[in-house]
Amino acid sequence: MLAYAARRLMLLPISLFLVALVTFVVLRLTGNPVDIFLDVTSTPEQVAALTEKLHLDEPIPIQFLIFLRDLAQGDFGVSLQFNEPALSTVFQRLGGTLQLAGTGLLIAIVVGVILGLVCAVWRDRFADLAISSVAVAGQSMPSFWLGILLIQLFALKLGWLPTSGAGGWRHMILPAVTLATFLLPNIILITRASVLEMSGEQFVIAARAKGLSRLRVLLTHVLPVSLNPLLSFLGIQIGTLMGGSIITETIFAWPGVGRLMLTSISNRDVPVVEAGVLVIAVGIVLTNLAVDLLQMLIDPRIRRH
Amino acid sequence: MADDIATSHPSRVVALAEAATDARALLSVRDLTVEFQTGQGRFEAVHRVGFDVAKGQVLGVVGESGSGKSVTALALMRLLPDHAARISGGRIVFDGSDIVPMREAEMCRIRGRRIGMIFQDPTTSLNPIFTIGHQLREGLRVHLGLGRAAANRRAEELLNLVRLPSARAALDKYPHELSGGMRQRVMIAMALACEPQLLIADEPTTALDVTTQAQILELLRDLQQQMGMAIMLITHDLGVVAEFADAVQVMYAGRIVERAPVSRLFANPAHPYTQGLLYSMPALEEEDPPVLPAIPGMVASPFAMPMGCPFHPRCALASDVCRAAVPPLNPIAHAHSAACWHVDAMMAA
Ligand SMILES: Nc1ncnc2c1ncn2[C@@H]1O[C@H](COP(=O)(O)OP(=O)(O)O)[C@@H](O)[C@H]1O
Ligand code: SF4
Ligand SMILES: [Mg+2]
Repeated sequence: MLAYAARRLMLLPISLFLVALVTFVVLRLTGNPVDIFLDVTSTPEQVAALTEKLHLDEPIPIQFLIFLRDLAQGDFGVSLQFNEPALSTVFQRLGGTLQLAGTGLLIAIVVGVILGLVCAVWRDRFADLAISSVAVAGQSMPSFWLGILLIQLFALKLGWLPTSGAGGWRHMILPAVTLATFLLPNIILITRASVLEMSGEQFVIAARAKGLSRLRVLLTHVLPVSLNPLLSFLGIQIGTLMGGSIITETIFAWPGVGRLMLTSISNRDVPVVEAGVLVIAVGIVLTNLAVDLLQMLIDPRIRRH
Repeated sequence: MADDIATSHPSRVVALAEAATDARALLSVRDLTVEFQTGQGRFEAVHRVGFDVAKGQVLGVVGESGSGKSVTALALMRLLPDHAARISGGRIVFDGSDIVPMREAEMCRIRGRRIGMIFQDPTTSLNPIFTIGHQLREGLRVHLGLGRAAANRRAEELLNLVRLPSARAALDKYPHELSGGMRQRVMIAMALACEPQLLIADEPTTALDVTTQAQILELLRDLQQQMGMAIMLITHDLGVVAEFADAVQVMYAGRIVERAPVSRLFANPAHPYTQGLLYSMPALEEEDPPVLPAIPGMVASPFAMPMGCPFHPRCALASDVCRAAVPPLNPIAHAHSAACWHVDAMMAA
């Protein structure tokens, strides 16, 4: 299993190279950052200096090679907005995002799995019908809308929680709940389906024939084998989580990578966008690796040598 | 109800007397009826089945696929699928108490401890993500309260008991690392872990190759002699019954149609269905696995149960009375009963 992890990690640079290529192409071909960074009063000398600093006068392939060389050294250039190394700008916000995304994911998994189990156990009864139909509706409801409703209710009307910004745990609640709702409906429905499917397996009857109680079989036999489909889903949905992060951070003015990316894109802060995209790409690759390793840990049949 | 004909039959007294459970029997089942409620409708998969299993007795249960053998077994364990099936009538008296009305918590103390069960397909009967040792220890810890170390020692003993090669190493193996035969040995070890009084074996060898079948049966027979538990051996292999069982009952369309001691059933089958099974059965010495031979026609669909004797559409002897009324299971000789209107004619022939 460790060897497998190492092999997967060795593929990481290839993924990153491809991500870098795409980022580079998209960002260079959609406009000239110099025009946006410098205002109309700037002298041609200033333009020339910045152009040279960003290597924008070189042919595109050379620019890419320079970009790759700098990338290898972790040097994305200096943020045009903050005038500090782009990578450290991103890293400063990474903690906030990880905190928010981690909390949101945790809420989504814990609540989603519990509700999914409730649906499966009381299949076609009131609890299942109620939860499932809300979940199905929730799949098509835009979560940012829920975020705005939450702010209105708990922050503006009741005044219980702060509207925005970062601080103690109370600042975390609304954005984390909002972010959780991006994944929650699917987690509920996948858990429900997967638990129902596994409940029909012969080994469930066999476990009960040993004298294990229904609840014990559900929690120690059915649930563990039902986790792999859920993990696969989370691996695929990690992008949704990132997108959700950007929206949530923006609604709640949460100081994270998502909001930084959004402002950097509108300001054409190319170095920060590049650094941000690559950090997110590494995050996605590592998350998927973690998902694969967890699945192997759970199910010995997919362990390779 | 067509069964009421029974009251006009000469052996009425016997039929009524049978409805009382046998206090000496380990397991005494009376009038057991299991009803299914499915998307296509309601039907009885098992209809008023009654039988006894004495302590240490091996009872063979045979019948074509779909005749209600597994449903009977699951009913005895109270493990019928929750949504679809229920015991709609009858009593299952095990060691003096009726388990039909028992609460789930009480059933948990009986399952795996006093009644063990093994299943047809050892491939799907073990949880793929846990080691053999883990799955063996579970029952030991729940029923006997053994600590981890003690449970582990006992688990190894059990694997030795079922003659699993390198038992200690097998404890840490996952089900997919063992062959089908090995897995069935593990299932047997699990079922016998708490030395139950009754083992229900639902087609324990059907999914295995011929050589392995023979080994597993030999193992079961040895363990039965060693531990003395009663076995309800479900099979559609008459050869297995001939070699292993003390008594045998034949099921057809959710009913018991004939019951007799093994030697008697093979020598004097009374029911046309049993005769059909026996006459078309390959000789026991033959290499081929003696599976249930084909009898012309199909098993009656539970949704379109024929009027009268369920077997009449396939029976050469069927007469008007067969088409009108269900024959009751009546004694025809000592310890031998059959459910057929024309038994007397046939026994005479
Ligand atoms: N889970 C189920 N849902 C619906 N019908 C079932 C189910 N299990 C068994 N049956 C029906 O009950 C009848 C008896 O089946 P079973 O006891 O499995 O037969 P067998 O003698 O082959 O073990 C069959 O008609 C079968 O279709
Ligand atoms: S009762 Fe009639 S139809 Fe049924 S088995 Fe006997 S002879 Fe055949
Ligand atoms: Mg069966």
